[in-house]
Amino acid sequence: MARARFDFRTRARFDVRAQPGFGTIALFTFALLYLPIVTLVVYAFNASDSLSSWGGFSLHWFAAAAQNQSVQDAAWRSLIIAASAATMATIAATMAALATTRTPPYPGLSFKYAFINLPLMVPEIVTAVALLIVFAKVKVWTGYSGLGYLILAHTAFCIPFAYLPIRARLEGMDQSLERAAADLYATPWQVFRRVTLPLLRPGIIAGFMLAFVISLDDVVISEFVKSGGQDTLPTYMLGQLRRAVTPEINAIAAAFLVLSVALVTVFFFINRKKA
Amino acid sequence: MASAAEIARRDEQGKVRSRWLLSAPALVIVFIASIGPLFVMLAYSFMAKGDYGDVKPGEFSLDGWFSVFFQRDIFDDTLSLADAHLSILWRSLRLSVITTVLTLALGFPTAYFIATRPRHTREIWVFLVTIPFWTNLLIRTFAMQQVIRNEGVLNTLLMWLGVIQEPIPIMYTDWAILFGMVYVYLPLMVLPLYASLEKLDFRLIEAGYDLYAGRLAVLRRIIIPLVKPGIVAGSILVFIPSLGAYVIPRVLGGGKNLMLGNLIELQFGAGRNWPLGAALSITLMVLVMVAMLFYVRNAARSGGGHG
Repeated sequence: MARARFDFRTRARFDVRAQPGFGTIALFTFALLYLPIVTLVVYAFNASDSLSSWGGFSLHWFAAAAQNQSVQDAAWRSLIIAASAATMATIAATMAALATTRTPPYPGLSFKYAFINLPLMVPEIVTAVALLIVFAKVKVWTGYSGLGYLILAHTAFCIPFAYLPIRARLEGMDQSLERAAADLYATPWQVFRRVTLPLLRPGIIAGFMLAFVISLDDVVISEFVKSGGQDTLPTYMLGQLRRAVTPEINAIAAAFLVLSVALVTVFFFINRKKA
Repeated sequence: MASAAEIARRDEQGKVRSRWLLSAPALVIVFIASIGPLFVMLAYSFMAKGDYGDVKPGEFSLDGWFSVFFQRDIFDDTLSLADAHLSILWRSLRLSVITTVLTLALGFPTAYFIATRPRHTREIWVFLVTIPFWTNLLIRTFAMQQVIRNEGVLNTLLMWLGVIQEPIPIMYTDWAILFGMVYVYLPLMVLPLYASLEKLDFRLIEAGYDLYAGRLAVLRRIIIPLVKPGIVAGSILVFIPSLGAYVIPRVLGGGKNLMLGNLIELQFGAGRNWPLGAALSITLMVLVMVAMLFYVRNAARSGGGHG
């Protein structure tokens, strides 16, 4: 032992964890991850009309974006869809999580688990065209072409994202408190309402937020499912990118970015407190 | 009177039934708006194409599948390989493999760097990787466009440094798609690699050095074999969305440099060949499933000791 310690001291400058060049590559990676985002945000404050030159600092494009009726409509539509889809997905996922955790294995348990996660495995473009095929027919049959299709499609791909944190939270909860409540003559509903649900709340909030961000960010499926005049913010931006791009797009993207980052930061700190 | 065993059995059955009821909404929604339509699409790939898009319902035809691989000459009716489709398929595979290799080359040192930081700062580094990951894919693609376009940051910087005299046209080339995919999917590589590297027992590395291994030998013979599950997981997580990429090639590749996702879209738009589009979609899904099977087999073999 003494010898080993002696060795360690003579080699104090030799760090076993170091690998040459790894730090440099890591810093390059972080630069790569942030350079484009920073560029995008900086150009949102460009006073110039085009993206090719810098014309000084200005909030002009934020004002232009905020006053643009199409942007307002698209943003509002995105929020409605995300809120509805995330709510429905969270409710369905919570019920499914209650049915698939803390139970002895029963026939169909692993099937349910696989089925709920299946939307994650299918490439988005494939789901998108499959939905296009089916919804095109349904639109003709029913004559309904409202936001319902978008909300339904979003709910489906949000379910696995909502399910994950809720299931994780449930699995970490032992059943002793619920058993105690039942022993004290609480009805199953009272047990759920007064014990299970409050304990589960952090998981449900995390699941809802994940689902909300995922829905808000979706481009591909919305692009194929939407009917005419149903642009969400991402599909509106995708459409604009085909034309000559002005810093207005940067302003919209920057605002969107701030919203996503804020949500993720909150999510991060909720999870951190729990751990 | 029912026996105790009988009552317990009935109780258990009742519980299973109520668990099915509880999970029904999730299962039904996923079936209606995600899995079910895939079966409809499979059926569509075997129907004759309609004159203005859609299909002729009930009219069986293998034309959709046939034209994934072959084309018929419009003049003399001879058959040849569908070069256009096969070259797009090949480009998708090639770009996805290169993206996976590049993200691994950047992601591995990055994950290692994070895993060797002091415990309390690791979380912050991971958070810094997570932020771009949760940022809208379209916004990140658009952001990359602003870096690589002719008047973008990259060309301006290189010209200012005097490395180049004229801007290098990167936009609307395969390089642009590659830049975009590496940038967008990099976090998907770093996060699982970090999860593996974080559990790395550095005493094993110390033992390696004590036995006179060099830095490279330690990396190659100790670190990489131990974090192989993370390498496989990260590679799959990058490869699968790269193969199905749609937004990135559409925005950065312009109209010319299509990938499989764009070829599929084309069949449902201007191409008006829904059966072909459906067949191409199924082809893409089969490729993804093969990659997944490879992953599952690999994960099963390594026993999951290191996540």
